[in-house]
Formats: sequence, structure tokens, C-alpha cells
Amino acid sequence: MGEAQRYFLLFIGAALVYNILLIRFIALCSFFGVSNRMETSIGMGLAVIFVMTMATSVSWVLWKYLLVPLGVGEFLYIPAFILIIAALVQFEEMVIRKTSPTLYSAMGIYLPLITTNCAVLAAATEAVKPGFLKLNIAYGFSLPEAVLYTIGVATGYTVAIIMFAAIRERIDIAPVPPSLKGYPLAFITAALMSLAFMGFAGLAGL
Amino acid sequence: MLATLWRDFKNGIIPENPLLRLMIGLCSALAVSTRAESALFMGIAATFVLFFSNIIISAIRKVTADQIRIPIFIVVIASFVTIVDLTMRAYFPVIYDRLGVWVPLIVVNCIILGRAEAFAYRHGILRSAADGMGMGVGYTGLLLIMGIFRETVGSGKMVFFDKTLFDLTRSIGFSPPRIVILFPGAFLTFGFIMALLNKWESRRRSK
Repeated sequence: MGEAQRYFLLFIGAALVYNILLIRFIALCSFFGVSNRMETSIGMGLAVIFVMTMATSVSWVLWKYLLVPLGVGEFLYIPAFILIIAALVQFEEMVIRKTSPTLYSAMGIYLPLITTNCAVLAAATEAVKPGFLKLNIAYGFSLPEAVLYTIGVATGYTVAIIMFAAIRERIDIAPVPPSLKGYPLAFITAALMSLAFMGFAGLAGL
Repeated sequence: MLATLWRDFKNGIIPENPLLRLMIGLCSALAVSTRAESALFMGIAATFVLFFSNIIISAIRKVTADQIRIPIFIVVIASFVTIVDLTMRAYFPVIYDRLGVWVPLIVVNCIILGRAEAFAYRHGILRSAADGMGMGVGYTGLLLIMGIFRETVGSGKMVFFDKTLFDLTRSIGFSPPRIVILFPGAFLTFGFIMALLNKWESRRRSK
């Protein structure tokens, strides 16, 4: 398998075959919480791509050059990564507010929420311990692979949440049984979407 | 006093059930409820973290500066998650492997940070402990219901610690719909549990 092809498969695998929301159930709180409207889900998706890529890069470097050489990786990675994420989110919020007011008004309110978005921690953990992932990669990711993998995961998140928001906007005005209205029906919709995404399983041997 | 504690404890089970009512901590609940056994262990792990982090956060709430409370909460929570992570890996390696990334992810489980912020930071140690326990039991209970349903319907049998409790595929020739145990089944089961609860509540209210 060529190098380019492997990178491509890594991306597709992270984005579609192992879609973080619909196949792996990570970050569902935000999936149901902010998907009422199209605009908010686009904002959230952008914010996730941004924070996740930064967080993985920083935690990968920290893992490789600080935690592993010191021999404390196994039991310090959880607090270390979550603190990196919390700090990055704060930092990025400040930078965006200073540099781009338009972008800030588009995704500003979602940034603090991302600290507890499990997807970011999951991607950072998997970038250093890919054993959790069945992507036929027995060794740890290299930095470009980790970044590409994270962009794939974040793209999958954004695609799924935007699609879901589009469907929910239509369902809101549809006549449905009263006890199914709102969240129960949203879950059933998610089930159908998940069923569709299962169709990607086995794509290119992933 | 005891009545208050009992009310705080009960609050997490139905009136403010974290999964059904507050809609937080969903991810882990849907992912690990494929089998009753994993659901039980996940529930116990989360309850442990919730209980102890609520106690510690409540104990240090007077000396915690308001501006940096979130990082402090997270460090407290992350310490207990690390305890669970290492203990489980040492004593229950099979179940640890099956739960996978969900054990470290307890640290960002919104239930725990949410209760720290909404309850433990504002109330005394005993009440916070009761609240943590109640939320944990509510979470574990719903996880077990989903796990038992999905394992029974989706695989037709119930396996606990390598012991088969019953096997409907053998005894009555039941052919299980695999979809229930696969990903869509989690969403479907949860959606219908919520719908049933809504139905039950609206019927009770109309009486």
C-alpha cells in the first residue's frame, strides 16, 4: 500500500467508517444539545475541528517528549491531556476574540463547551494509544498521522452534526405522536442515520 | 437531616435522572450498554468517581477560587478516574479491554463535572455525597436496564462472568435481531425508553 493511499484510508476511516458520533457514540451530548438549528451546528463543527487539531498536536508532542521519557505516561496522561485541552480552549477563545470578532460571534459560545466534549479527549488519547482503534495500525501514530487522523475525526463530527441538524429542523414542524416529540424522535432519527453509516463498514478493508 | 439526604439521593434516580432528564453523560451509556456486564461495571466506575469527587469538591469548596474552579474540579475528577483506570486494568483486564476508551473518558463525562458545578460546589459534604450516590445509582440503573434489554433481545442470551444465565436461542429457538446490539439499537432503545417515560408521565398527570 502506497504512502498516499494509507493516509487517505486513515482519513476516510476516521471520518466515515468509524464516525465518532454515529458509530462510536463519542460526544453525543453536544450532538443532541446543539443540533436544534443548522447555524449553531455549523459553528460547533468549526470549533471542534479547530480545537481538536490543536489539542492532538500538543498532546502528541507532550506524550512523546515529556511523559514517555519520564516514564509517567500511563498514569498521568488523563490529567495532562485534559488540562491541555482546558488551557487550549481558554487560549483559543482569547485569541479568536482579539483577532476575529466575526469568527468569535459565530463560534464563541461553543468554545467553553468543548472542554467537556469527550471527542477532543478521545482523539488525543487515540493519537498516542491507537490500540483503542481497529485501524490495523499496531504502532503509535507519527505526528502527521495523528494530525490527519484528528482532522478526519473532526470532519466526521461536523458532517454528522450538520446532517442531523438539517433533519431535525424538518422534524420539528412535522406532526408526530406527543410522547415521541423532541428528544425521543431525535434518538430514533439518529438510529436511522447510524444504520446508514454502518454501510461504510468494510470499505477498503477498514 | 436524614430526610434531606434521602431526598438528595432520590433526586438522581427519577426526578433528575442524569440520562433521561438532564440529557448528560449519554455517550458512555449508549456505547457500553451492549451487554449487562459491561453496563454494570461502567456504572460502578462512574458512581465511584461521582461519589468521591463530589465529596472532595464539596470539602474544598470554601478554599477554591471562583475563577479557576473548573480546572480544579477536573484535576480532582481526573485523579479518581486514574484510580479507577489502573484498578480496573489490574483486577478486571477483560472488562477493561471491552470498555476501552470509555474508562479514561469518565473524566469528561458531563454528569460528573455537571454535579460538581451544580451541586457539590454549593452544598455540604454529606448532601453532596448523597447527591453523588443518587446520580450514580440513577445512571447505573438505566445502564443496566438498557444492557439487560439489549443483551437479551440482541443476542438471545445473558452471560455474566463467563457464566451463561440463560440462552433463548437454544431453549426456545429464538433468533435474535442483531440490530439491537449494534449501534442503531442503542439509539433506538434509548429513544423508546424516553418515549415510554413521557407517555407514563403524561398519563399520570392527566389522572
